[in-house]
Amino acid sequence: MKDLILRYAARLYYWKNLNNNIGKINSYMNSKAFALYLKDFRSELRTRYAVNSLAMFIIVAISVILFSIGNEKIPESLTGGLFWVVIFFSAMSGLARAFVSEEERGTSLTLQLIASPSTVFTGKLLFNLILVFLMNIVIAILYSALFEEFVIRSFALFLLTFVLSNIGLAVSSTIIAAIISKAGSKGTLYPVLSFPILLPLILTSVELTSNCMLGTTFDESKVLLAVILCYDVIMLTASYMLFDFIWKD
Amino acid sequence: MSDYILKADSVAKNFGRRLIFRGINFEFSENGVYGISGPNGSGKSTLVKIIAGLSSPSEGKITHIHNNNEIISEKLHNYIGFVSPYLVLYEEFSAWENLEFFAHIRDVTFNKGKIETLLNDFLLYERRDDLVKTYSSGMKQRMKFIFALMHSPNLVILDEPTSNLDEEGKNTVYKIVEREGKENIVIVASNERSDLALCGETILLEKFKQ
Amino acid sequence: MKNFDIIWKTFLFLLLAFVSVAGIAFPIVENPVHWYQFPMIRGLEENAKIIFFHVPTAWLTVIAFLMSTIYSIKYLRKKNLDDDAKSYAAAQLGMVFCILATVTGSIWSKFAWGAYWSWDPRQTSIFALLLIYGAWFALRSSIESEDKRASLSAVYSIIAFVTVPFFIFVMPRIMLGLHPGSEEIVDGKVVQSASPVIDFKMNGNMLLIFFLSLAAFTILYFWMWKLGYKSLIYKDKIQKQISRG
Repeated sequence: MKDLILRYAARLYYWKNLNNNIGKINSYMNSKAFALYLKDFRSELRTRYAVNSLAMFIIVAISVILFSIGNEKIPESLTGGLFWVVIFFSAMSGLARAFVSEEERGTSLTLQLIASPSTVFTGKLLFNLILVFLMNIVIAILYSALFEEFVIRSFALFLLTFVLSNIGLAVSSTIIAAIISKAGSKGTLYPVLSFPILLPLILTSVELTSNCMLGTTFDESKVLLAVILCYDVIMLTASYMLFDFIWKD
Repeated sequence: MSDYILKADSVAKNFGRRLIFRGINFEFSENGVYGISGPNGSGKSTLVKIIAGLSSPSEGKITHIHNNNEIISEKLHNYIGFVSPYLVLYEEFSAWENLEFFAHIRDVTFNKGKIETLLNDFLLYERRDDLVKTYSSGMKQRMKFIFALMHSPNLVILDEPTSNLDEEGKNTVYKIVEREGKENIVIVASNERSDLALCGETILLEKFKQ
Repeated sequence: MKNFDIIWKTFLFLLLAFVSVAGIAFPIVENPVHWYQFPMIRGLEENAKIIFFHVPTAWLTVIAFLMSTIYSIKYLRKKNLDDDAKSYAAAQLGMVFCILATVTGSIWSKFAWGAYWSWDPRQTSIFALLLIYGAWFALRSSIESEDKRASLSAVYSIIAFVTVPFFIFVMPRIMLGLHPGSEEIVDGKVVQSASPVIDFKMNGNMLLIFFLSLAAFTILYFWMWKLGYKSLIYKDKIQKQISRG
């Protein structure tokens, strides 16, 4: 009996330690990257560049589509595709700023001097992740309000798709933003470089969104969700490994 | 004998296929002020960036050793203080906010006393809560020194340290350089005679052109 | 050395000539009797011969992309600009073959499936590859500094390469498509296709011509690639000599 209690206590102690250490590693990595994210967030609050222009872009994009459709009725499947079109172009409008603003003002050098490349990438990724989620929630709300054909029947599936796709979108957009920040003609180049990389994600997300609108079960969409998860993991790994080469001269 | 050693082994740099310098070898193991001199375009800023780990050499390597352990490049940034004409601070924040941010992202404690002393040394204490946007070029240059020294680095690298500074600013810088040189390794890259007068061993870059 | 060059170049010429003649001229009959006759495939008939040219171009564009990425990785490790030139030469050829593959593919698609383009997953992938090549060249032309140009395009090429498996293996398996290996509609339901990804409905001598064609085009590619990167390296060196004066 005593033996059992001892063994159980040892196991408990081991897990507690493990969790503590993971927490420590997480907080070590995150506090520096989080500091960078906070700096960007505060800068945004002060100047409001990104939020204003991004919000306007979303409104303009959706308005353009609404006006082009006029009074026509569009098939349901089309609304799913258009949803991701709006998301893609809004992302292209707002996510490059994370790196381009640093490069244009010359503060890239400052960041190189105070943080390791992985900290910088994590910080910028965090900022873009939050931006993507905020942006897409707004788009989703506006879209479902303005397009009556856009009806989600499997809400849980949509939520899962939403979360996984947004992560993938943020990761790919951030690494491409890092690349174009060091090149010329940054604005036009960004969608050109991002689209082929995002294509697997967009195609799968559009397919999943139509599934959500048709009310397909989770079981049938398992494979598609797995594809997006793979995409997220692969892009995240590749980005961290390659960021050093982009960042350092 | 310093607890920090900086070594360069056969360092060379090419931009594309154009040679900037080659065959740079040195070992700085004593505290003091070292110089890098050369005419404009000789590669002073390039060499200094390579030493600070901001750029990779085309050949050879730079080694940083602290307490007999080699420092890996991911950790290097907290051992080095860097001032350069290309350095820019965050203009939408005040000096104090800039310094707080630097401390947090470097993950070093924000030593309030030391920061205030530095601000006083460089005559920026009164303006510490003003946005850096409102600073003159001389004040921005002095801010860069505070940025470089706030985390007590073992290696201080100064590229054109007295640019944009008036007589008083220059004297402050020389005083600080001498003080730092007693406890750390300081490298001054410049072609100003008064800057180089502080230096002991000096690398003359025009000799490494071929 | 020179003699050996002439030998293998002549061999290549003969091989390509044979393949072109065989690919185009050999008749397709119902029941092949002679060695130079090919079997008939319902619905395709004469047009089946395009397989000798379409598949090699698609194959080569992927090989070229792979090589471009390999030399990109080499560049990132050693920072030797020659590797960058090799990567660029491979990408140039890759782009050419990609355009050829898209064009021959859409011609074949018109005869086999009725439309020039139907957004089948394989068609989408070759189009995506075209976009990747285009983006890569656009990126390169926007960077002045040689080192930066080489490193950034190397990174992009590796990132793009990482997404390629999604196009080649994953998408066809999970989406409706016309190429063999995609999902099909059988009795009104969508099922995983039973046929393998590459379906060989060819008999012995057709297969032989097919593989010969593949080999010939591959050798041609390597020859053009070698010429390409060597001329890039020489051009670079000459320009440097001139500017140095």
